Amino acid sequence: MKRSLYLAGVTMLCAWTLVPIYFLALGALGGRDLVNTFPKPFWPGSASLSTIRDFLAIDGVTAATIASVETACLCMLFSLVLGLPAGYALARFSFRGANAYRLLILLTRAFPVAILALPLTVGFIRLGVYDTPLGVSLVHTALALPFAVLVSSSLFQAVPRELEEAAWVFGCSKFQAARRIVLPLALPGIAAIAIFAFVISWNEVFAASVLTVRHRTLTAYLLTVLSESPLHVQFAGGFVLILPTVAFIYVVRKHLFAMWGISNR
Amino acid sequence: MIRITTRVLAATMALSLPALTQPAQAEDMVFLSTQLRPVEEAQKMREIILKAGPVPTTYVADFPQVVPTRLAAEREGGKRTVSLVGALHGELQPLVTAGDLVPLDGLAAKLAGRGIPPALMELGKLGTAHQMYIPWMQATYIMVANRQALPFLPKGADINALTFEQLAEWSTAVQAATGKRMLGFPAGPQGLMHRFFEGFLYPSYTGGVVSTFRSPEAEAMWTEFAALWKTVNPNSTSYNFMQEPLLAGDVWIGFDHVARMLDALRQKPDQFVAFPAPAGPKGRGYMPIIAGLAIAQGAPDAKGADALIDYLSTPATQIKMAQTSGFFPVVTATLPDDLEPGLKLAVAAIARTQSAPDAKPSLLPIGLGTQGGAFDKIYLDTFQRVVLRGEKPRAVLDRQAEGLKKIIAETGAPCWLPDKPSQGPCPVE
Amino acid sequence: MIPYFLIAPSLLFLGVLFLVPLVQTIALAFQVHGAWTTANFTTMADDINFHDAIVDTFAIVAIAVPLQLVLALGMAMMLRNLGRGRDIVLWIWSIPLGISDLAAGLVWLAILTDQGFLNTILLKLGLVSGPVSWLSYETPTALLIGIAFAELWRATAIVLVILVAGVQMLPKEYNEAADVFGASPWQRFIRITLPLLKPSIQTALILRTVLAFEMFAIVQAIGGRNFPVIVGEAFTWQYTNQNFGVAAAYAVVVMLVSLAATLVYLRALRTPREQIG
Repeated sequence: MKRSLYLAGVTMLCAWTLVPIYFLALGALGGRDLVNTFPKPFWPGSASLSTIRDFLAIDGVTAATIASVETACLCMLFSLVLGLPAGYALARFSFRGANAYRLLILLTRAFPVAILALPLTVGFIRLGVYDTPLGVSLVHTALALPFAVLVSSSLFQAVPRELEEAAWVFGCSKFQAARRIVLPLALPGIAAIAIFAFVISWNEVFAASVLTVRHRTLTAYLLTVLSESPLHVQFAGGFVLILPTVAFIYVVRKHLFAMWGISNR
Repeated sequence: MIRITTRVLAATMALSLPALTQPAQAEDMVFLSTQLRPVEEAQKMREIILKAGPVPTTYVADFPQVVPTRLAAEREGGKRTVSLVGALHGELQPLVTAGDLVPLDGLAAKLAGRGIPPALMELGKLGTAHQMYIPWMQATYIMVANRQALPFLPKGADINALTFEQLAEWSTAVQAATGKRMLGFPAGPQGLMHRFFEGFLYPSYTGGVVSTFRSPEAEAMWTEFAALWKTVNPNSTSYNFMQEPLLAGDVWIGFDHVARMLDALRQKPDQFVAFPAPAGPKGRGYMPIIAGLAIAQGAPDAKGADALIDYLSTPATQIKMAQTSGFFPVVTATLPDDLEPGLKLAVAAIARTQSAPDAKPSLLPIGLGTQGGAFDKIYLDTFQRVVLRGEKPRAVLDRQAEGLKKIIAETGAPCWLPDKPSQGPCPVE
Repeated sequence: MIPYFLIAPSLLFLGVLFLVPLVQTIALAFQVHGAWTTANFTTMADDINFHDAIVDTFAIVAIAVPLQLVLALGMAMMLRNLGRGRDIVLWIWSIPLGISDLAAGLVWLAILTDQGFLNTILLKLGLVSGPVSWLSYETPTALLIGIAFAELWRATAIVLVILVAGVQMLPKEYNEAADVFGASPWQRFIRITLPLLKPSIQTALILRTVLAFEMFAIVQAIGGRNFPVIVGEAFTWQYTNQNFGVAAAYAVVVMLVSLAATLVYLRALRTPREQIG
């Protein structure tokens, strides 16, 4: 009885999540007519891939997709490299300024990036990273860093100190112990951070448009103009743009669950 | 698994290295444009128009609001990427104040024989002594109605010569018959509602824009407009482009920039009619929309930009632009007879607007520098207070006039049509 | 010394790239034409939309964030009890993470608009006789609920992913011991699971709240001019009105509010020293 209640709840929540996505797909496939009819049909009468195909055939889409992927991967890399050590520090040590550090990390997230656009762009031009995926990934890293630091910190906290101490007893250096014991056990956190970093970078529009001219990411290339296109093109665009992140989360999904280790769930 | 992840990351780094060290391609000239942004239009711009141009061009579409920031940042950072800028008159104005554009007097002389009206070239000076932009294309705002609304026109009303009173009667009749409010205005966050007030409502009712801001005629105007608003679809405060609600049938009568209604006219030319905006007691005010081409200060390829402006000002290219964008040529060029039906509707409405006997052209604001947005906000806030929040017009107008006076005082802008010319800053009476 | 070395790279990164722009922009909030003054804040406070923006933003945060926490906790617990297929379910539940603001706004607008899916369903069920307006300025409550619902749909996944990762780290010995001693599932949840999850809950709340105060694109898509929010106003002042001082003032307000909320979470959900590690 309990079991079927659970399953019913799970199914309902899945449906709640998927229904709007279904509508998005409906709008993308249904073409011009569907978005303008009322009552709205729930099944695309004349489904056609033409809008989506036209969308993908737009000049420059391939180059922009590659730029997006590069930016997102760089963002993941930098977020992890910068965030994991900081998370470890917050988890294992209680030092003066820990809270101040947390607030500082959040500052770039709490302050809207769009308002920083002018001085940020000037700075980036001077650094020589204007109009490069690297430059954009740096801004995205700043946006993803709070996630990297705070999530890894809360997860490292849960790894028992005793395991590390045991490793020290057996001759591991502190760094080796951290790398070989704590890191693998905190893998679900790393997976979560990777997902957030990828998604934040992929979907970020504003900084990506201001900081690039010729080498735009896909979202900068399309989303800046999509909001003024006819409705069915917007649906097609929105739908196409969601697919890479959905695919990425699919690939990484198993890592969100601990494979081995302390809780063995 | 960690091994795999590390390998993937390493591969990505290897792939990204070219991106990290990539120098900008020195060949393509960068053409930054705030017009022709929608995906399909940008595509056409690239494939039909720019491909046949004199220099290889990278076409970059930007939100209009970002352009001053980008140009300022490139200037302060010391590295200019953009050569050619295509934008609306109001968007080019702050660029002149910031010093990001170069004078184009030589080019203007070269293009003298193309037939660009002197009035437009004058606008292109943006209040300075030099030609700062070359007019690129023009349009105006029109109204579009669904044919289903036509039977409800008041008796004796000519749709091509409506008054605001007749519009109100018409809209009320439609509401009575259908039970729904079917008149729409682009009052959304990216809508061009402020142009309606600056270029159409104020000139038609008061004969001026700045000097008559708080006149008794203005008070009467706002009262009447608030009454008209009772027949307006309340979702208008979300409409940015009227073509969507028109196509969806949410709205039967709409006012907007012609390019923002073109999709509706093109898709269903048999379902719609296009006509000039209504007239008020003082005439039929209308505001032209001018897009211009300008060259950035310190442009990496000024010669290429020059050549492209020349190319874009040839009659053949201007006709192609008209067929793509809903903007119309500024040079002497006859549009072919085989225009699409939707485009034909728009052309006819524009022609009627410009040639109406009671037409009162309301020029674009000149000399407002960076305060263009603040100026528009005065009118929009007045609208929000009087029409949406129901405050009394007299009090609101007096209060808003203070803000208007401050802006004029700060910028020193002289009056522009339809206000009578002034010596010094335009007075708010 | 060690912790300071560990946080140094990130601090250096932020300092080199963002400190100067951030300080410059904050300074802009206190300057008008180069002169130091608080006039921008006065202009901001007197603005027609200021009051609504503050109220609306806080309203959404106050409604959406607690609901999302509760919902995500429930979902995380459900996942824990699911056997096979739980990774697919998690994948489905985290799909909204990948949707951009524009697409999310688009979809919910398509659902809530007059001729949208919601009205279609209501029409088919016979509950309404024609399209009903949910999003206009004449129906502010419906608009609020609509936006809250859209935010709920879109961002619960953020909290969920953080909590799921945290749940993975919970040792099962405590639960088993409590079970042996006869604790009910609810008691086990309240007394054991929740306190152990405190670090993750704190992280999730901080991140979600900071993001919530920044919400803007989806609200503008659904609510248009009818639902001003703080960051939306900042954007408008920056780009439409070209008044960088007032825009910076709004941004400073958002920043202070977010930092204040973070401090509250840090204090209220602090894990005692003994529990660390």
